[in-house]
Amino acid sequence: MKIAVPVKFVPDLVEELTIDSGGAALDTSWLRLIINEFDDHAVEQAILLKERGGGQVIVTMAESEGADDFLFASAAKGADQLIKLTGDFSSSNNHALARVYADLLKELQPDLILTGVQAHNDLDGSVGPLLAEYLGMPYVGYVAGLTATGDKVTVRKEYAGGLIAEIDVKLPAVLGIQAAEQPPRYVAYSKIRQVMGTAKIEERAVADLDLSGGVTVSRMFQPEVAERATMIEGDVDEVAGKIVGIFKELGTL
Amino acid sequence: MPIRETFWNIPHWAEIVHYIAAFITVAIFLYGVGRRVMQWRKGRPEKRPGNFWARVWAVILQVFGQRRTLDERFPGIMHFSIFWGMLVLAVGTAIATVDWDVTHLFFGFQILTGTFYILFELALDILGLLVVVGLGMAIYRRYIIHPARLQNFPIKTLARDDTYALVMLSFITLSGYLTEGLRIAVTQPEWAVWSPVGNAIATALRTLGDPTNQTLHLIIWSLHIVTAFGVLASLPFTKLFHILSVPVNIYFHSMEPAGKLPPANMENGAGVKEWKQFTWKQLLDFESCTRCGRCQDVCPAYASAQILSPRNMMVKLDAHLWEKANGRTLHGDVVSADELWACTTCRACVQVCPAFIDHVISFVDMRRHLVDQGKMDKMLQDALANLGRYGNSFGQSDRMRAKWTQGLQPPVKDARREAVEYLWFVGDYASYSATLTDVTRKTAEVFEKTGLNFGILFDGERNAGNDVRRVGEEGLFEMLADKNSQALAKSKFETIVTTDPHTYNTLKNEYSWNGNRPNILHYAELLDQMIASGQIKFSKKLGYKVTYHDPCYLGRYNGIYDAPRRVIEATGCELIEMPRHGDRAFCCGAGGGRIWMDEKDIKDRPSESRIREAVALDGVQAFVVSCPKDLTMYRDAVKTTGNEKDIVVKDLIELVYEAL
Amino acid sequence: MSQDIFVVIEHLRGQIADVSYVMLAGARQLAQNTSGKVMAVLLGHNAQGLANSLAADGVLYIDHPALAEFTFDAYQLALADLIKAQSPRAVIFGHSSVGMDVASTLSAKLGAPVVSSCQSFTADGKFVSQICGGKIMAEGDLPGPIALVTMVPGGYKAEQGQSSQASEMTNMAAPAMDGIRVTLKQYIEPDTSDVDIVKEAVLVSVGRGIQNKDNIELANELASALGCAVSASRPVVDQGWMPTTRLVGKSGKRVKPKIYLALGISGAPEHVEGMGDSQVIIAVNTDPNAPIYNIAKYGTTVDMFELLPVLTDKIKQAK
Repeated sequence: MKIAVPVKFVPDLVEELTIDSGGAALDTSWLRLIINEFDDHAVEQAILLKERGGGQVIVTMAESEGADDFLFASAAKGADQLIKLTGDFSSSNNHALARVYADLLKELQPDLILTGVQAHNDLDGSVGPLLAEYLGMPYVGYVAGLTATGDKVTVRKEYAGGLIAEIDVKLPAVLGIQAAEQPPRYVAYSKIRQVMGTAKIEERAVADLDLSGGVTVSRMFQPEVAERATMIEGDVDEVAGKIVGIFKELGTL
Repeated sequence: MPIRETFWNIPHWAEIVHYIAAFITVAIFLYGVGRRVMQWRKGRPEKRPGNFWARVWAVILQVFGQRRTLDERFPGIMHFSIFWGMLVLAVGTAIATVDWDVTHLFFGFQILTGTFYILFELALDILGLLVVVGLGMAIYRRYIIHPARLQNFPIKTLARDDTYALVMLSFITLSGYLTEGLRIAVTQPEWAVWSPVGNAIATALRTLGDPTNQTLHLIIWSLHIVTAFGVLASLPFTKLFHILSVPVNIYFHSMEPAGKLPPANMENGAGVKEWKQFTWKQLLDFESCTRCGRCQDVCPAYASAQILSPRNMMVKLDAHLWEKANGRTLHGDVVSADELWACTTCRACVQVCPAFIDHVISFVDMRRHLVDQGKMDKMLQDALANLGRYGNSFGQSDRMRAKWTQGLQPPVKDARREAVEYLWFVGDYASYSATLTDVTRKTAEVFEKTGLNFGILFDGERNAGNDVRRVGEEGLFEMLADKNSQALAKSKFETIVTTDPHTYNTLKNEYSWNGNRPNILHYAELLDQMIASGQIKFSKKLGYKVTYHDPCYLGRYNGIYDAPRRVIEATGCELIEMPRHGDRAFCCGAGGGRIWMDEKDIKDRPSESRIREAVALDGVQAFVVSCPKDLTMYRDAVKTTGNEKDIVVKDLIELVYEAL
Repeated sequence: MSQDIFVVIEHLRGQIADVSYVMLAGARQLAQNTSGKVMAVLLGHNAQGLANSLAADGVLYIDHPALAEFTFDAYQLALADLIKAQSPRAVIFGHSSVGMDVASTLSAKLGAPVVSSCQSFTADGKFVSQICGGKIMAEGDLPGPIALVTMVPGGYKAEQGQSSQASEMTNMAAPAMDGIRVTLKQYIEPDTSDVDIVKEAVLVSVGRGIQNKDNIELANELASALGCAVSASRPVVDQGWMPTTRLVGKSGKRVKPKIYLALGISGAPEHVEGMGDSQVIIAVNTDPNAPIYNIAKYGTTVDMFELLPVLTDKIKQAK
């Protein structure tokens, strides 16, 4: 089975985020980028499917700082083909990205496309369902586990409250991965270095991006807090005492 | 004229058979030894160069002096007796062989005559008793006292091997004395009194009368020969092989610093996947194990959860070398990942082993394979991913590393920008752990107050990589070491001082420094120096009763025991030692990457056991540590054991801070 | 081309999801600005009864067996058809496992822009979205001519979208359901053998700050003393330290206890979605900048491992 995994990088939330001088976008000077956690799970799920039932895994992403490292790491995990899209992605959005992926995937003709169900910086929808529509494929999101049987896949879709729906999807299809069946595996540095010598990253140039369908932000800001918590002061003993007081006040003791 | 009547009462045919048997025995013995050596050679090559005289001395001290064996009284004396007794008897037999088969046979005279012979008889008789005493102690210990560490081997049939050795040696010794006694009973030489034991036996047996004695003599002599030859021929196939393997293992023991791990094998994936990827020296390690179990007794992983026993590992690995190809894999069938991950790399096992086995090196080599395969629990994975990305295991930005310095006056110097005398390599835990910030700041204040010209690397610093190496991620270690080396190369300093013994160990022993290593100190050493030179003067004597916990990577790995103790004394505290102190200190359980791993099925945390040990000391108020991971582990353990009112954990720097 | 605001009502197995009410409340605010009506869009099969509690100006109901439970193709076909015909100003979906599957697809299909993670609307009809783990808010004009919006809870209370009066229901024709590629086989129930944290009046909840499985014992002891249950955030459940039945958050349960004691929980939006409606939140977190303090009533930065045993003792004494 041919599985394609389009992924993207997002701002690393470990770092402090600041707004730029224009007031409507993130300041990129301090920004660090990291793989979208759900895309990481998508790669893992694809590798698991390949390990279970054979096939081919293609990982593709837009060029960015750290992209090469991520693609090589994917190869070390078992990805067969690595495709980096080159061009000016500075003002990209999900619609543009999905269109660019769609062009590539129309050519590659995968049986299954896995991508993260969302990314924390999504403002104009998520890549997965957009891509599905541009390709005319069905889409199921919030997938945590799937089995492939011939021309369809059976997926487990997560709903709130722990409810799971078992759903059949005809291939080819796009799935939005919430969690892979096991956490993304670790790849030793020595393995990645080894792979850098053998694996090749294909570069594909993209034409101008079509951003239509996107959203314009007029103002970006850090949430103002109307009311912050009342901090309980004192040492451990005093704090514990005051908490007991709160419990009593509310009639739960 | 006293002379040794070799082969008295032995018919000529028996003599011939005896010599034939001797040749066969030697042949089998040599074959057995050869077979073992050929097996070791299947391992990877490894150089153990130079230091000839140091190595010879080690063998003399440890084999003939039985130094490490004597660290424990009862088993030490027991083994010492057996060893020296058997050695003397063996030498005696050799002399007797030369006497009869060389000097007598070719040159017509004997050396075992006259006074020499008398002294020979006396020495052998008395010293032979050593063997009897030793064997008696051994049998008593193994079967009556029945200590835990001699039980529950992973391979049950090994108990037969132990019994075989004791039974055979006992039989040889007793039959030897009996043979002598019977001979003396019949021949009644005038010098019989110089063979006191034989003489005593003779007196007792004389009542049986002559033909009986002679017959008995022949029978028991024959049995003695058969058992002796049997033991010799079977030696390379039983635990008695340690007589040969252990001295060789001691000779070839590593003379590199303890804290320097050998580089990883990178053929066919990192580390050891199959036993042949161990080096010949590691295979020799497995072969030298006599299953004494001392390593198991001192292992913190074994004490807390019994998943890992260094003794069992050696036993299983040795058995695995000899298994017929039956598809059992090293990883999974013989050794489990859980066992390998349980090791804290505290080195207590290596320190205590009388056979000079290095268990830790083999565990790390197998871990390297697990890392290569990505087989580790999620917590460890996350820690390594964070170390790779942010240079610290906390998952916090590398830009936040020096956040703890905010507000300190005067501001801490940046060693990358201005030259300093001491470059303080702070370390992850001291920098990022919210609960340790106060101690790190106190350290800075102490340095400032005592006029130290120091600076730090700010966000140029990365985890030094000591525990990353012990976890088995060589590639990540190299990357971290690279980054640190670059930052250090750009800075101007004379000496490096570290907070953390793990940092100390790897910077000192494992970083290449391009051959030009600067002076590296742990802060306990620095404080000690500054107190001795008078740069630090205390304004008061604290008068606390304290105990000190030797960190594994400062004590066992780098031999620094006295400097921190001198510092404690200088602050006016009274030091009371815990039973397990110095090179027997009991690890807190955080090392070897364990602080990054999920604790599974822990029955008794090492840190809690240690706190209980300290609280048991009369009147001790403070538990002094000199490692930030110790500080974290023991502060937690004091709470979880409910000893907050009895003892408080203090870092060495806190005592200095208070006494200034 | 109308100025109406459509709200796609989410329901599963006969239960209206809370986010539907939040959406209705948001739609009401938006409709005031556009001067349009709030129309609830209900898709289902024999599901008319579900419309009773909805605070809307009208209900557009499409009935078809294929719409009995949510599936991708059926909902897509019905909604595309409806939106093309009605041309509302905006269509609001839940930012959930239901809404997100169809919102973006419809955006691509209809060429209508889609706004993600919208938390609220301003008085002048701008959207305010919450992104980057709740750290950043993005505000902008509602795109046109038709805007699709996925909404997250937090900006409005569910009660604002509820009504005891049923609104006028219009039955709309369902389109032909051809080419269905996605079929629901079955639902798998969550484990009901464990305590139902939704029913607890007090919850002691542990987050990543608990550090390891053994420390949860401290929380268990406190919960025992209080006579309540222990719940957890996603990192704790992902590590396998607590079962999924105790998960509070977007993919877990939504709880509204009287007191929610958050231990070592940072306050990420996915978790807040599950407990934000608690009456009183007491947060214990050594990081004074943790987002949890934005929604907690009380907070303390003392070390949780020091606090728990002392607190447990005091509770026992107080009882």
